[in-house]
Amino acid sequence: MAGLSFDLVAMQLLTGVALGSVYALLALGLCLIFGMLNVVNFAHGAFFMVGAFIGVYFLGMTGNFWLSLVLTAAFTGALGLLTERFLVRRLYGRGIDYPLLLTFGLSYVLIELIRICFGIEGLPSVTPQGLKGSINVGIGFFPRYRLFLIAATAVILFGIWFLIQKTRYGLIIKAGAVDQEIVKVLGVDISKVWLMIFGLGCAIAGLSGVLASPTRSVNPEMGIPILAESFVVTVVGGMGSPVGAVVAGLLVGIVYSMTSLFFPDLAELSIFILMALVLLIRPQGLFGRAERST
Amino acid sequence: MKTFATNKTRRQLIIGGAAALSTPFGINIARAQSDTIKIGFPTPLTGAFSAEAQDQVKAAELAIKQFNEAGGFNGRRAELLVRDDKLNPGEAATRTLELIEKDKVNFIVGSLSAATQLSINAVCKERKVLFNSISQSDAINEAKDWSLYTFHEALNPTMTAGAVARYAIPLFGKKIAFLTADYAYGHEMVRAFERAGKDLGATTVADIRHPLGASDYSAFLPRIKSLNPDILVLANFGRDLANSAMQCTDFGLKSSMKIVAPVLLYTSRVSAGPEAFEGIAGGTSYYWGLEDRIPSAKVFNDAYRKAYSGAVPSDYGALGYAGVKSVLAAVLAAKSVDTDKVITAMQALKYDWYKGPESYRACDHQAEQSVIIVESKSKDMKDKNDVFKIISVEESAEKNMRTCSELGFK
Repeated sequence: MAGLSFDLVAMQLLTGVALGSVYALLALGLCLIFGMLNVVNFAHGAFFMVGAFIGVYFLGMTGNFWLSLVLTAAFTGALGLLTERFLVRRLYGRGIDYPLLLTFGLSYVLIELIRICFGIEGLPSVTPQGLKGSINVGIGFFPRYRLFLIAATAVILFGIWFLIQKTRYGLIIKAGAVDQEIVKVLGVDISKVWLMIFGLGCAIAGLSGVLASPTRSVNPEMGIPILAESFVVTVVGGMGSPVGAVVAGLLVGIVYSMTSLFFPDLAELSIFILMALVLLIRPQGLFGRAERST
Repeated sequence: MKTFATNKTRRQLIIGGAAALSTPFGINIARAQSDTIKIGFPTPLTGAFSAEAQDQVKAAELAIKQFNEAGGFNGRRAELLVRDDKLNPGEAATRTLELIEKDKVNFIVGSLSAATQLSINAVCKERKVLFNSISQSDAINEAKDWSLYTFHEALNPTMTAGAVARYAIPLFGKKIAFLTADYAYGHEMVRAFERAGKDLGATTVADIRHPLGASDYSAFLPRIKSLNPDILVLANFGRDLANSAMQCTDFGLKSSMKIVAPVLLYTSRVSAGPEAFEGIAGGTSYYWGLEDRIPSAKVFNDAYRKAYSGAVPSDYGALGYAGVKSVLAAVLAAKSVDTDKVITAMQALKYDWYKGPESYRACDHQAEQSVIIVESKSKDMKDKNDVFKIISVEESAEKNMRTCSELGFK
């Protein structure tokens, strides 16, 4: 191919990582909720979308990007808490399709609510001051905001890793994922843990929405395609595996980006081909555990 | 009861139930059964082109209102029946069929995608209902898709992409890259740009296709940059245009190439903001700033401002207005709502609704009209509506259109 140079490939790789970081964040939220609660959250894309709208709204109100990040995570997290407490909780023990249908319906309710509140054409997204424009990263010019996106994702991932691996709560979360009965016997109120996990997953979804908003348009349907892509990521990484979600998220971003370089027509399809290959070779996903009896 | 005709359509617009509650629903049905002239209006109220679609509806309602206020046709009022086709050709065909069969509309005006308008056209052709399309397409002019019932109010890619090519290539260079939405619209824009570019010695270095409604273009951009074209053509529409312009700007593409769009949308520019579109030039069917030089534009803008609290009409909005206006003018000229008589009257129509004189070409019913070349402003803007600078106006010319025989007409 003409003009194929090291710089171009490296640039494409970096673009893929920036793309993949949004996938990684979304898939991580999905996977925490699935791993613990055994709930496939079909409203995850809608929480992403709500996060983007609320984030842009808060940014417009406060003028402070950092504050809007915190407020958005708090808002979508609270929305997640309410969803678990009053909707999802009633369906535990009824089979995986009940919460799936519930959250599927919820996603439509959220989309319509946003359409009613903000109109159907969406909001203009705003890149925060100081993160505009592009800078020379040695291999060429790369948008400043996308570099920030990669860094922000790394920080969030580190925070969650720390929470799960290094704190008492993390221990309970991990134990709960392995055997809830024993955790209950040990005197832990597992329903509170579930509530928190659902809230945390939704807060991350909302946060990734507001973080992604300057790179794409903010509209009520923005969560629909990305939900499908996030499911691809969780399947590739292994349902319920946080490490898998992150690795697969980056991998999907890079595969998409590299396919765009060589076979642009196949870019959209490439991640599904990747999923099919992974399912054929390693059905439980890259980091998934072998089938549990559920 | 002046508001009744608009109430019904507005109910379609607002998806929440609140508006439905405030609509005098019972009265609506009773009135609709009297012999109003019904115009079906399928358009993608939801999806990637929703901003443009909403403006089409607003401007079309203005045309209906003006017709009714002027006394209608022997006292018969006009009514607009808006339906959301969700930017899906199948949905568009279903909604159109419903409008014809169930709602018994007299005419169809609307559409906002090269793909949906072809499916609407196919239904109208089969049911022998007049369809005035207000969205870009080349295929609709061709003999195999066209029928006597087909009118095309909008520009077509041959006219608009051609005008942009004739403007940009001599000024900025001959190496062209395309970033193209992978459906009829994008393909037709590329073909038309290349067709005009060939005479000017232009070559295509890449035609990169992205799916309709894609949200991220970043993966395509390093390659475009490394190909180092003189001109990058954004052959996409609506949200796709806004997103790709924004991301091209972020990736610093403008420092080494000129970015043009065969259709530079007012709505995309407004939603993405001045920075994203800074320096991007393109074609349009209408920009409100024409009012400085064209009297009918001033009249139209003022009516729109009055109806919608100071807002100005967009390019596609103006087409919604003209599309309805032409059909209703033809009804008055024909003194009938009979489809065949209205077609004959519309063929003979010479009109100036908003952008100077227009008429429909005999062989394919294409509205012959000017193409306006505009460039996006990023400074010296008088107000939020002041987004474009008019660079030139390419008047309608037969040589810039495909000939009737090229289109397959004998």
